Amino acid sequence: MKHTISVLVENKPGVLARISGLFSARGFNIDSLAVGETNDPTMSRMTIVANAPDERILEQIKKQLNKLIDVISVVDLTRRDFFERELLLIKVQNPVESKSLSALIGKYAATVLSQEDTETIIEAVGTYARMNELVEALKGVGTVKELVRTGRIAIGC
Amino acid sequence: MKKKGAQIIVDALAQEGVQVIFGYPGGSILPLTDALYDAPLRFILVRHEQGAAHAADGYARATGRVGVCLATSGPGATNIVTGLATAYMDSIPLVALTGQVKTNLIGNDAFQEADMTGITRPITKHNYLVKNIADLARTIHEAFHIAATGRPGPVLVDIPADIQMQEYDADPVCGEVCLRSYKPTYDPHPGQIKRAAKLISQSRRPIIYAGGGVILSGAHQELLTLAEALQAPVTTTLMGLGGFPGTHHLSVGMLGMHGTVAANHAIMDSDVIIAVGARFDDRVTGRVDKFAPDAKIIHIDIDPSAISKNVAVHIPIVCDARRGLAALNALVKKPDAAKWLAQVLEWKKKHPLEYKPSRKISPQYVIEQIYEVTGGDAVICTEVGQHQMWAAQYYRYTQPRRWVSSGGLGTMGFGLPAAIGAKIGRPDKLVFDIAGDGSIQMNIQELGTAMANKIDIKVAILNNGYLGMVRQWQELFYKRRYAATPITSPDFVKLAESYGAAGIRVEKKSEVKKAIKEAIAIPNLVVLEFIVEEDMNVFPMVPAGEAINQMIGMA
Repeated sequence: MKHTISVLVENKPGVLARISGLFSARGFNIDSLAVGETNDPTMSRMTIVANAPDERILEQIKKQLNKLIDVISVVDLTRRDFFERELLLIKVQNPVESKSLSALIGKYAATVLSQEDTETIIEAVGTYARMNELVEALKGVGTVKELVRTGRIAIGC
Repeated sequence: MKKKGAQIIVDALAQEGVQVIFGYPGGSILPLTDALYDAPLRFILVRHEQGAAHAADGYARATGRVGVCLATSGPGATNIVTGLATAYMDSIPLVALTGQVKTNLIGNDAFQEADMTGITRPITKHNYLVKNIADLARTIHEAFHIAATGRPGPVLVDIPADIQMQEYDADPVCGEVCLRSYKPTYDPHPGQIKRAAKLISQSRRPIIYAGGGVILSGAHQELLTLAEALQAPVTTTLMGLGGFPGTHHLSVGMLGMHGTVAANHAIMDSDVIIAVGARFDDRVTGRVDKFAPDAKIIHIDIDPSAISKNVAVHIPIVCDARRGLAALNALVKKPDAAKWLAQVLEWKKKHPLEYKPSRKISPQYVIEQIYEVTGGDAVICTEVGQHQMWAAQYYRYTQPRRWVSSGGLGTMGFGLPAAIGAKIGRPDKLVFDIAGDGSIQMNIQELGTAMANKIDIKVAILNNGYLGMVRQWQELFYKRRYAATPITSPDFVKLAESYGAAGIRVEKKSEVKKAIKEAIAIPNLVVLEFIVEEDMNVFPMVPAGEAINQMIGMA
């Protein structure tokens, strides 16, 4: 099962390597990892979406993260209400029918960042599932030339 | 007052009470080595940096203090990696100081540059690269704090040469180290202790399973109190030897792959396991889904991640082993388990550790003789392999910190440098390195360290001409195809003599005891070489992947 884990860490060099190294060394799977400063610049927040096949492994992931000296707190957001978002940047080849592209942009509240003769760069924000939908829909109307995703970030209610 | 970085380090070490450093100099650590020249602490020059790490480790295991080792950047630092991994697996407090290339060269593939924080990240409890001299003193203190507290472990501090040379007006760091993200839990949860006490009092077939945590936290007295109050059998892990007296009538010895029949049957048939400072390692549990099927498990451990990692635990108690046992002792009532104890003691009586008597020298016989001659009070260090298992089985450890052996990582070449460290930490004790002919050759250069520093240890080599433990597996599981296991050795007597030490070769059983006494009487490094039976196996043995009551090779 996928778990969205919010990890508060010291904003120090090497912390990301400690966390990613822990996942690979212990054979845990990361689906997504996003990191950024918090309102306190001495701390960073990592949102990790991990795939834990069972409760024992989920517990181990949390405990092993907590064991790292630079980790301040570990919260499994999946256990409560939370908002999860991902930002996408997508470059699409302009379809023959530009109306269908405009319709999708409208439906997914996406923003056009640039529009050239042959291609359009779109920004979109939403849940992982909704963003997947958008990508699939875009593939239906044209050619996705490049796709960049930030990885998911999340906040508990 | 302005001080150089190197002096800041030396002062911080002095504040931490460091008395000895095991190390090897080199370009990037020269400023610190220079400052240490005038420092009131002992610098033991090893012959290889791996020896420095193991010696610091042996010192820590024998004394309970933090061991300190030092190496230069690049190859010096990479040579201590095995030592750090060894200490990490066995939770030994260690601080490793390594030189690093100058900060402006980091990342440039400079001469003798290696990314030590990167390399050692998974094998240290924590590590630091000090890039700002303002952080230097605090970092050294944090390193000692992290190494020694909670579940102990090695901490590496990588210090660029220019940081060691820079001058800085350092305020002395005062007060306790405080890390907002690191707060080990020492006191047990009272509710969990109550639940555990209740479960224990209702048990009919309890067993205490004690690991290295008992020794690390100094919980041996509390453990003895608990065992005697419950009249429950006690088994220890390899790391737990000496945490409970091996001669006590409630002791059933070590459990696991080379455990005793009584220990393995007792844990498998128990209904409550009281695990203290142990981690249910695969060498202990054997096949995990068949492990102790009827048992409810109480697990006292300071490391939350050790709980339910390999085996599901019913009552977890995260705390220091000593405090946890003391709290439990205040509440427990003796369960109705006399019949069970009688059964376990019957197994113990019926299946003692034994080996076929022989006219030649049996390796087990040598260990028994060392035990007898030393009265069980020596510090026994080992390498890794058959001799290690026999030293665990046939020497009875009655006190903590008398057994110094690489359990988790299983590092050949550990014993000799560890014995040097142990002897420096405990000059009042007789210190043996029990070795095999294979293992001793992995760090044999440390004979030079022992001689140069007048470290009076006794190295007992059980020479069977093989990498014996691998040979045993080949005999049992690889159709006796002895691929790459017969191994030649130098003339150990001459080798010892060339270092200026004494060498004694023993080829007759009748001379074993006399030779051990003779070695002890010589106030100097002695290498004892025992020519032992070559095809002796360590038994009982649980084949890998079997349940631990499926033992082979029992009498």
